[in-house]
Amino acid sequence: MKDNVESYVTEDGRTIGGLLMEMKSITLRFGGVVAIKDISFDIREGEIRAIIGPNGAGKSSMLNVISGFYRPQEGEVWFRGKPRPSMKPYQVARQGIARTFQNIALFEGMTVLDNVMTGRLTHMKAGLASQALWRGAAEREETENREKVEKIIDFLEIQAIRKTPVGRLPYGLKKRVELARALAAEPMLLLLDEPMAGMNVEEKEDMSRFILDVNDEFGTTIALIEHDMGVVMDLSDRVVVMDYGRKIGDGTPDEVRGNQDVIDAYLGVSHD
Amino acid sequence: MPEQLLYAVEVTLNGLMAGVLYSLVALGFVLIFKASGIFNYAQGVMALFAALTLVGIMNGQVPFAHLINAIFGTEVHHFGWHVPAVLAIVLTMVVMVGFAWVVNHFVLRHLVNQEPIILFMATIGLAYFLEGFGDLMWGSDIKKLEVGLPQGGSFWIEENTQWLGFGNENFYGFFLDRLDLVATVIAAILVIGLVAFSQYTKQGRALRAVADDHQAALSVGISLNFIWVLVWSLAGFVALVAGIMWGAKSGVQFSLSLIALKALPVLMLGGFTSIPGAIVGGLIIGVGEKLFEFSIGPLVGGATENWFAYVLALVFLVFRPQGLFGEKIIERV
Repeated sequence: MKDNVESYVTEDGRTIGGLLMEMKSITLRFGGVVAIKDISFDIREGEIRAIIGPNGAGKSSMLNVISGFYRPQEGEVWFRGKPRPSMKPYQVARQGIARTFQNIALFEGMTVLDNVMTGRLTHMKAGLASQALWRGAAEREETENREKVEKIIDFLEIQAIRKTPVGRLPYGLKKRVELARALAAEPMLLLLDEPMAGMNVEEKEDMSRFILDVNDEFGTTIALIEHDMGVVMDLSDRVVVMDYGRKIGDGTPDEVRGNQDVIDAYLGVSHD
Repeated sequence: MPEQLLYAVEVTLNGLMAGVLYSLVALGFVLIFKASGIFNYAQGVMALFAALTLVGIMNGQVPFAHLINAIFGTEVHHFGWHVPAVLAIVLTMVVMVGFAWVVNHFVLRHLVNQEPIILFMATIGLAYFLEGFGDLMWGSDIKKLEVGLPQGGSFWIEENTQWLGFGNENFYGFFLDRLDLVATVIAAILVIGLVAFSQYTKQGRALRAVADDHQAALSVGISLNFIWVLVWSLAGFVALVAGIMWGAKSGVQFSLSLIALKALPVLMLGGFTSIPGAIVGGLIIGVGEKLFEFSIGPLVGGATENWFAYVLALVFLVFRPQGLFGEKIIERV
């Protein structure tokens, strides 16, 4: 573990910085059901952080806490060295945390381009009046944002479907468009909820490549949830393992792989 | 041209004009339905309330005069000034934005994620509340609305279409109400403005995003509360325009709120989610009921305008439930 160092360089030459986000003793309950029980972990600048665990372990709940969709009953969320006050999801998004959803939440009626453009909304400052007159600042702003969006569309190789309504796209491409929209916000932290769920091997390889490229080229910090152990171990710098709402492992992929609790959770263990 | 045909053309033209007014009311419904999935039963009452407020402000009426007089034993009714129409319209718009905020803050915000039927019921309550509130605030007498819109037939059109009769002595040119003509122009501007707003501004993009998926909208940093206040304000603005047009035509009175009922068949025809649909639906209903009254009416004893729109809507419900422009609803099992 490299808990106490300010920053370090990975084997493949990327620089991992200080703490970007810290979850401190988070507990989340739904009525009597405890979804997350006293979990603490951190996310460092520039790293790819995975949260893994069996079904119902509370991974998605954790992601929803980070992105403000759920409010934990106990514990604190620290962002960039400061405790974050209770926030609505849209406020979290404006702070620079973008996300994708497990079941894809896109604007089905809008084109791919329009969908990705909504990712830029937090960066658009022009008032209604100047937009109505469609002059100067507003026009320049629209052009600038459009350029950034086109760059992302090129980057994720979805130029061919720019003008297609999202509702008509196949599943794998929708996942990619959702990633594009999240990237368009130029987030400090990108949250991916099962980015490879339901994909075939080829699509998974594409998505893995995109995730690595995003991290590498834009230096975006990424926290992702994934079922596929192989993918996670290849992609991530550090892994949190959850089971029944508790944290049972935290460390580099190798450390986690050797953890007896983790092996038990995944392979099952006899309770006698 | 034969006389009957000329009449039919005139009836069609007048039907188009009447249809524009239906469209205006339907537009308010579509705006709110698109953005929040709420069927706003109070849209008609909002038009009435906007018109009442406009007249009240213009005439310098003291709001809640009856209440104040009853409690304090005073006799105040008017401030004694008159506000110019343009300023009064702006002030009324401020009131409608305030109303949008109040609705969102005290009603909708607490009903997020509820079933559509619950929200619908809430707007029924809202309609009755607003109706009573309007009466209490401005009094329930029939008021005349004079914002300087032209009234009466357009002589220019009559004179310039007279030649179509080709010497027919009984034809004096088409009779078109100038108010209807103005209403048509204003409705066209309104629709172009709304479409431009939703397609080319960032708030418009946010509005379409919210209409499509709440969760996704939140994740890209859109405040649902802001969008809802915006949408209800827009609907308030459309209600104000509709209120002015209908009010100038037939006076500001309670029956104004009933025009909302005519918007229902318009919506069923056009589809609940389509702005162009609301316009085309309104025009079809307007023309349809006038032509039907003209051609079939005399055979069945007249007064077909009262039911024609609803029967047409019923036919649509059977054969094309999503309307002409609505999105097809596919429920996956």
